Amino acid sequence: MKNTLLRLQNISKSYDDALVLKNIDLEIYNGEFLTLLGPSGCGKTTILRIIGGFEEIDSGTLFLNDKEISKLPPNKRGFNTVFQSYALFPHLNVFDNIAFGLKMKKIPKEKITQEVQDALALVQLGQFGQKMVHELSGGQQQRVAIARAIVNKPSILLLDESLSALDYKLRKMMQIELKQMQRKLGITFLFVTHDQEEALSMSDRIVVMNNGKIEQISTPKEVYENPKNIFVANFIGQTNLLEAVLIDRDKALFDIEGKEMVLEHFISKTAATQFTVLIRPEDFRCERNLEDIRSNNYFEGELKEIIYKGVTIDLIIDLSDGKTVFASEFYNEDSDALEYTVGQKLYIYWNDGWESILEN
Amino acid sequence: MKTKAGWFGKLSIFGISSWLVLFGLLPFLLVFIASFLTRGDEELILYTFSTESYLKIFDPLYLDVFLISFKLSAISTLLCLVIAFPFAYFLSQVSRKYTSLLLVLTIIPFWTSSLVRTYALVVILKTKGVMNAVLIGVGIINEPIEIIYTDVAVIIGMVYTLLPFMILPLYASFEKFDKRLIEAALDLGADRQTVMVRIIIPLVLPGIIAGISLVFLPSLGMFFISDLLGGANDLVIGNFIKNQFLTFRDWPFGSVASVILTFLMLLLIWVYSLADKINKKKNDELF
Repeated sequence: MKNTLLRLQNISKSYDDALVLKNIDLEIYNGEFLTLLGPSGCGKTTILRIIGGFEEIDSGTLFLNDKEISKLPPNKRGFNTVFQSYALFPHLNVFDNIAFGLKMKKIPKEKITQEVQDALALVQLGQFGQKMVHELSGGQQQRVAIARAIVNKPSILLLDESLSALDYKLRKMMQIELKQMQRKLGITFLFVTHDQEEALSMSDRIVVMNNGKIEQISTPKEVYENPKNIFVANFIGQTNLLEAVLIDRDKALFDIEGKEMVLEHFISKTAATQFTVLIRPEDFRCERNLEDIRSNNYFEGELKEIIYKGVTIDLIIDLSDGKTVFASEFYNEDSDALEYTVGQKLYIYWNDGWESILEN
Repeated sequence: MKTKAGWFGKLSIFGISSWLVLFGLLPFLLVFIASFLTRGDEELILYTFSTESYLKIFDPLYLDVFLISFKLSAISTLLCLVIAFPFAYFLSQVSRKYTSLLLVLTIIPFWTSSLVRTYALVVILKTKGVMNAVLIGVGIINEPIEIIYTDVAVIIGMVYTLLPFMILPLYASFEKFDKRLIEAALDLGADRQTVMVRIIIPLVLPGIIAGISLVFLPSLGMFFISDLLGGANDLVIGNFIKNQFLTFRDWPFGSVASVILTFLMLLLIWVYSLADKINKKKNDELF
């Protein structure tokens, strides 16, 4: 059973007449890792700041456990934030930075010492308590910022693009650590990022946002495999968008990029005839010989470019009608099946049902 | 990081050093020497060694001058801080466009001699002056307020003259202050008062100390303000020194007062730097 911890109801917000959030409805469940994902300027950080209490809302209501908190100041909400810039106090050492929240709550000194030690151990900075903030590396400062927030045992931990300042390897490591920390502590995490890979690998649910609106709320798998619309499909991962015109509704017969194909998994819901068929690059199979094709639906194309990526080989292929598509094949050192040459003719197909069909 | 100074660097350092020696250290040494000499009736100074002037200055009569002077300066400095603090914060918050305008407005008074501006204050503050005329004209008061030739007038004059010296270093500190730290502190459960005491003040402390030094120390010597605006009792140390040299022609005694004032200032600067060091060392003790 999922119980709702925080509920955003019909929230709108504008800056200088520019509407940045339009009628946002969102439920955050207790104990989940929820990610707000979208391009910069989509309003994701504004939502985080509204929840944190740093922005006032123009209209709408915020409920925490069914109690309205829209008007509460940040220090009365019981949430804590890991800021994008970390915002650590430069005049305090690591220990006092982490202890700040506990001292505000007037917790006895011995207890504070114990809790801060635990928090430092949790972020693997046990020996760093007496260091000043400027003596730490970016990754260590990041950990202090996380420790400073979670030591207060917030009901929701708000993370604002918290990993984006770290280099690639460190970011990967922190993603895993954050996820483990969240499981261990059972705290609800609300994470804001523009990095789709980060969102996919960490979240229980992803809220995809664009232009002040929510485009889709689903699990990472759902968002990736069944995007609700073209924006979501395009924003999350690489995808091929194929033009499709419905020819015969009963037979599910389409004209896709100039080839007639039957899409067996098509379910007609409206009278629309213009569609976009989405196929992920890794769902395409490429063959050099027509007899190896294991589907009725296939394209012919010419190989334009081969990109070696270690785990995969990415192929850029021009279809006969001029459309460029991307296909991605897993690399196998022992196989010669992936030995392609630029300019050769290829047949590409996909497993029936792996496509997504969206109305235009 | 150590870099080797080029010829331009060496020249600049040489220039500044010679300037300081020639116009700072040397005159002070002369004053220091004069403080141990004797007052003459015919000449200004007799070249005989004496500590008489030093003994004379510890007379309660003269110590009072120091005390009053410190009181006036301390009140003026405090008022400057109270006025400049919110103003400097505001200055660091408004958009760039207004910042430069407001900074120019802060600095404009420097373009006129402070002596001239003090005379202008006399015109404003005197019993039949501009301020009383306006207040009576508007009907706020019936009788003119007699501010001129009181402590209040001297303090107004000092605050007016020295306020920019408090605003500028405070503004420099606020400009460097990361406003997101306020949000972080609120996020961690601090109320506005705690944010001020625990976050803002410790972080702009260098600006506060610089401002206090720049206001308090010069105010001790600003004799023309108390000359023009103050009454008979409002002698600051600056007046006292001026009177000894120009009125009573007692150069050794005036020199003693100068030397003591200089050492008091050095003492204050030393205390400040000590406080600064302790502050940096004992960050853990802040709570």
